[in-house]
Amino acid sequence: MKKKELFSSQDLEITLDRLCHQLLENHEDFKDTVIIGLQPRGIYLARRLHKKISKLTKNPKIPFGELDATFYRDDFRKRQPVLPKSMNMDFIVEDKNVVLVDDVLHTGRTIRAGLDALLDFGRPRKVELLVLIDRRFSRHLPIQPDYVGKRVDTIVSQNVKVEWKEEDGHDRVWLILND
Amino acid sequence: MEQSLSVKHLIGIKDVTAKDIELIFSTADNFKQIINRPIKKVPSLRDVTIANVFFENSTRTRISFELAERRLSADTLNFSASSSSVKKGETLIDTINNILAMKVDMIVMRHPSPGACSFLAKHVDSIIVNAGDGTHEHPTQALLDAFSIREKYGEVKGKKVAIVGDILHSRVALSNIFCLQKLGAEVVVCGPPTLIPKHIESLGVRVEYDLMKTLEWCDVANMLRIQMERQDIKYFPSLREYTMQYGLNKERLDSLSKQITVMHPGPINRGVEITSDVADSKQSIILDQVENGVAIRMAVLYLLAAKKE
Repeated sequence: MKKKELFSSQDLEITLDRLCHQLLENHEDFKDTVIIGLQPRGIYLARRLHKKISKLTKNPKIPFGELDATFYRDDFRKRQPVLPKSMNMDFIVEDKNVVLVDDVLHTGRTIRAGLDALLDFGRPRKVELLVLIDRRFSRHLPIQPDYVGKRVDTIVSQNVKVEWKEEDGHDRVWLILND
Repeated sequence: MEQSLSVKHLIGIKDVTAKDIELIFSTADNFKQIINRPIKKVPSLRDVTIANVFFENSTRTRISFELAERRLSADTLNFSASSSSVKKGETLIDTINNILAMKVDMIVMRHPSPGACSFLAKHVDSIIVNAGDGTHEHPTQALLDAFSIREKYGEVKGKKVAIVGDILHSRVALSNIFCLQKLGAEVVVCGPPTLIPKHIESLGVRVEYDLMKTLEWCDVANMLRIQMERQDIKYFPSLREYTMQYGLNKERLDSLSKQITVMHPGPINRGVEITSDVADSKQSIILDQVENGVAIRMAVLYLLAAKKE
């Protein structure tokens, strides 16, 4: 198994800062905007962004949620069940701008499930998608991100692994080549 | 990440592992959150049809299963023996196979005969969930009881649980004993000698005949109903005498040196095994049990349905 580094911890920091500023361009003071991370791995990215944006806007009250879409997946009974993670949504998204955050966008099916899960918390005014890595040309559904850390061209047998300090001890993104 | 139950059916707690129970609990945690949201429904089981086959009366269990199924978006079918061809002499296997022929994926069954569910699991090709089979087991009740204890105390391990009343006729008692022991709790059964099954000590429980001693020992008291419908002979002189000896009332509860938690699987016979002021007191978690029942049943159905290829 060979692997190639896509992001070092330094690259990641620069990209996160850029993503924050792009978000600020569109949402200004984040008055009606909520940030929602998708379980299991999108939450680390979402937490980082939320922290940075709270600092930049000096607004410590930007709503932040962690959404688990396990029960909305379309592959139920087609594979071994995935254990749900905790849902942490103590607000409704009625009439809010939602920034949905995940680490890697691949087929788009997780995002599809996430959107369904999100709608059970109200009707958002607008939903935008932010991903750290966009694996181009591998979509099963017509879903495109609004904010992208990096676009990579991958084939099906390859994997992208995002590692976070909180979970894995260091920040790094790998392209894993299974051959 | 990926985890599934070790069993295909839920016939009894005897057949499942402690790991299975933990998996059901952690899944039920998520469902409990969901049923407390404004939108209480998830689409997981939208392509699954479940038949609730009840050969015996039930309010709580049946409603609880039905709500669990609907909140998972499953299609449901209700069948009760009193208004069916069973009266015309159809056998159990024929009845079930006819239901399955209409493309039903899972069967939730309550039956007055012990072993009816495991018999069915052997002879029909479907997923069977036991909703109580005679005096044998009532697995989802035991799961929701243990889940409620876990919710109240953080864990079940090391807790002292007393099961009081008609142990002889109670499927709730048997399932509870298996479930609590698998999770590492200590269990004492308490009741009149005639209502304690012979050799129950072989299951690893202690038998106690004195209610006050039992209450003084335990953290949780699960007060069972006297099952008149299953008692063909007299097991005690009168209900009044039973209540005097084994009924839980406020004076008894207040005279204890610590606060214990009171549970009851329902339906309550107020004034017999438990008085109204105890049932409605702060120490009672009877309605929490009912709420948790839906979450537990959602978890069981979800995890069993997930297994089918």
